[in-house]
Amino acid sequence: MIVFSRRKLIKTGLAAAAGLSGLGVAARLAQKYGLVPPDHGGIFGPGETLTYASQRLLTRHSLAREFSRSQISKPPFADEFPPLNEAFLRLQAGRFADWRLLIDGMVERPASFSLAQLKSYPSHSQITQLACEEGWSYIAEWIGVPLFHVLNVVGVYPQARYVFYCSIDPDWWESIDMADAMHPQTFLAYGMNGDELPVAHGGPLRMRLPRQLGYKSVKFLNHMTVTDSLKGYGRGRGSAAAEGGYAWYAGI
Amino acid sequence: MARLGSAQVSLDTCVAGSFSSVPATAVTSRHSALVRVTHWITTLCFLALLLTGIEILIAHPRFYWGETGNILTAPLFQLPIPSSRALVPTGYDYVLRDQNGWSRYLHFQTAWLLVLTGLLYVIYSLFTGHLRKNLLPAKADFFWRTFSNAFANRWRMERPPEEEAWSYNVVQRLTYLFVIFVLFPLVIWSGLAMSPAFDSAIPATVNLLVGQQSARTIHFFVSISLVLFVLVHVLMVCLAGFKSRMRAMITGRPGSPMERA
Repeated sequence: MIVFSRRKLIKTGLAAAAGLSGLGVAARLAQKYGLVPPDHGGIFGPGETLTYASQRLLTRHSLAREFSRSQISKPPFADEFPPLNEAFLRLQAGRFADWRLLIDGMVERPASFSLAQLKSYPSHSQITQLACEEGWSYIAEWIGVPLFHVLNVVGVYPQARYVFYCSIDPDWWESIDMADAMHPQTFLAYGMNGDELPVAHGGPLRMRLPRQLGYKSVKFLNHMTVTDSLKGYGRGRGSAAAEGGYAWYAGI
Repeated sequence: MARLGSAQVSLDTCVAGSFSSVPATAVTSRHSALVRVTHWITTLCFLALLLTGIEILIAHPRFYWGETGNILTAPLFQLPIPSSRALVPTGYDYVLRDQNGWSRYLHFQTAWLLVLTGLLYVIYSLFTGHLRKNLLPAKADFFWRTFSNAFANRWRMERPPEEEAWSYNVVQRLTYLFVIFVLFPLVIWSGLAMSPAFDSAIPATVNLLVGQQSARTIHFFVSISLVLFVLVHVLMVCLAGFKSRMRAMITGRPGSPMERA
């Protein structure tokens, strides 16, 4: 027979109240420090928020592992992608001379960059791993300009919280927080393994985020919007992947 | 009838028996409330992790060793099952439905719940003496006879002696310790090693396991070991008396000796 004493009841009540208000405070703090992912709603919200929050605290500045040249996968594996549309084929026929990356939104100087312009900025390279959520992976050398460099050129407003970016294929869009956008290994990649970036790998321009799974590294990149909210994009979950049932944050 | 007789051994005799002593609290409760609650949360988590793990696995049922692996590299082995991606050459002429989205969400959310539950259990075990009293084998247990008795008893599919309704035998203790302090940490570690972001913060997580693909392969084999443990564990519960053991883990009371016999 379980008998609850008054003291026990009061203690349990106080503990529950403390726990609930603690949770409330934690939620407010998490919101304030940008530890809540856009796909925090729904039944998988708690787990996703725990993962994103703890990794934001742990990995804000950490660098993805880089590998030696001898570890580059030969030949690099190119995943399948949806058939390329009319607009892409036209630009490809012109050897991508007219390819543009438009950057707008919360920036002082919205601009449209040609590949030649992007290549005129200091070029960086990284030998990192691309891991797919399916389970396969490969290592390649990625050549490009760090995204923060280009963001500094256009001048990001301080209230910016996310960078939304999309492929020439309108169904392929993603977004990242400013920590990832300003991370030194987040590249606008136009080269691979010492050569031009092949179309099969997202050429002429792809996003490259070595600290997240492959689906965040959008291919055929041509538009980027700096924003303080992802509410206006799709159903507000932050990316086409998240709308399709996958996690928005893919650092796992 | 003989069994009925032996079932009437008093608790005092059990304490004095050759098996590790029964904790004083066991007189009222076989398993403490915390042990019971964490046991069943862990059970649910394990089932969810297993199901979603299988779903994630069939997106690419090939395993590799080292840092990288894809369909252009030779696998360590490939499971003879169909895949949920057309990309993988499986030998089957159909592709299963992609279930990775919710499977991944549920896998990681459940992993959080399991890790937090496990932490609670381990802290509780350390501070209340559950670990020392109920899991660490007593010195007397390290006689060959104790081991061989425990095994022989199971081998003959006999019901365990009555005192085992109140205390774990030495083989049980070592198995549980191995599962709690070796298999679970390993499965969590190899899982974390597959996270590119976590690896960026603590590279040793993956480097000590030879690479991300090795970590995936290790994760698979440790999971298989855990499944084998669960199968044997359930079999043992059935042999020892499904009703009384389940009642003990749900209500805390194994039931009267009459019922148990």
